[in-house]
Amino acid sequence: MGRRTPLFELHQQLGARIVDFGGWDMPVQYASQIGEHHAVRRVAGIFDVSHMCAVDLKGPRVRQFLQHLLANDVAKLKVPGKALYSCMLNEAGGVLDDLIVYFLNESAFRLVVNAGTRDKDLAWIRSIGQQFDVQATERTDLAILAIQGPEARAKTAALLSASGANAAMALGPFFGRDIDGWFVARTGYTGEDGFEVMLPASDAVRVWRELNAAGVVSCGLGARDTLRLEAGMNLYGNDMDETTHPFESGLAWTVAMQPGERRFIGREALEKVLANTAAPPRQLVGLVLEDRGVLRSHQKVVPTGEITSGTFSPTLERSIALARVPAGAVQQVQVDIRGKLLNARVVKPPFVRFGKAMI
Amino acid sequence: MSNVPPDLQYTKTHEWVRTLPDGTVEIGITDHAQHALGDLVFVEVPEAGRTVALGEPCAVVESVKAASDVYSPVAGEITLGNPLLAGEPEAVNNDPYGKGWLMRLRPTKGAASADLMPADKYLILLQTEGG
Repeated sequence: MGRRTPLFELHQQLGARIVDFGGWDMPVQYASQIGEHHAVRRVAGIFDVSHMCAVDLKGPRVRQFLQHLLANDVAKLKVPGKALYSCMLNEAGGVLDDLIVYFLNESAFRLVVNAGTRDKDLAWIRSIGQQFDVQATERTDLAILAIQGPEARAKTAALLSASGANAAMALGPFFGRDIDGWFVARTGYTGEDGFEVMLPASDAVRVWRELNAAGVVSCGLGARDTLRLEAGMNLYGNDMDETTHPFESGLAWTVAMQPGERRFIGREALEKVLANTAAPPRQLVGLVLEDRGVLRSHQKVVPTGEITSGTFSPTLERSIALARVPAGAVQQVQVDIRGKLLNARVVKPPFVRFGKAMI
Repeated sequence: MSNVPPDLQYTKTHEWVRTLPDGTVEIGITDHAQHALGDLVFVEVPEAGRTVALGEPCAVVESVKAASDVYSPVAGEITLGNPLLAGEPEAVNNDPYGKGWLMRLRPTKGAASADLMPADKYLILLQTEGG
């Protein structure tokens, strides 16, 4: 038996198929994975992401700590509530995890880290945090719900007080704040608008049922994966890990090399990568399969490369993937699927955004 | 509860076998199997004329989540792969014992076949697997 979220029994009652995900017993689908996917693109869906971990960081030097810990620069966070996506690197420039950091106030920030890495992350954060007198608290008292889709915000706001609903609807993209005892953030992992809500675990079942009653469809991790891949978003452990650095993972945009005096962990290794112009980093590209079949992680790309994430895209009704290939312009490749070479076109993700095909 | 038609034979790897009047057999995956796989998005069936051994992977069914091999429960020569499934893989989900059949083959005379079960024994297998 794996770890369970406060919603585990509800998932069983709703008929979910439960699978192991990074040591957690999680719902992979309820009725139809494709149906759940379309619900998010067209109306709204709700995901239990309580296996992810909210970590509250407190201390007078917490901003300075995060400028050392993270490859992106929390100096960009000037307004309370603003969020930033970042990688956390090791000294070799490898990705320990990707996370979202929220600026709450000058002595309090919140991180949300991945389920499969949470224990490793906490140990790392605490060991570095000691040097900055930063206290890290794992918020196991919170459940995390992602409500995503074109109608997700309105349907979620309807559960709040009148003033709370106004505050929630006024949140800009990548902002979060405390509303009616919940932390409501306009973030997500689907390529749609929506909220991620951190709320007391004791509220989670009631809120899930109320959203179901309002037409928000229960969605499992299966749909979450097809949605994020259509949105061109990386999955930690598939598309990057400790053996790959951000520049070869489509994440250069998340690394703040300026200002040059900010000595974040992994910076020296990344500087060496940039200085070595004789060996430019590999690149993570999007692939659209032109022949029939389904791209999957670890399939070989011909002439050179490997698929890191692949699936069937319910929106495009064809197979799509992220693949790591050598540097340089390339428009067409082949993929070895069970010994057959199938044609794939190289594209720039995202594949789908706000319900619309982008490729 | 899975649908298990009484007139078919079954394997422990969740294929079904139907003997046709001309002595060929039709093969597909069971309702239990299609449900476990989830929404199918791609099905690769063997070409006519291919000879398959007992237990040889001869078709692939892919859901959004994963690809799974289908093993031939009988040795023989493929007479037809279901042409419908190239454009309509979901037929395996919607009608696993009808429109969603995968292939037909002519069994090799005297060749061994898998331990095929009647419906009642297959139902017991599903119960022991928690299906």
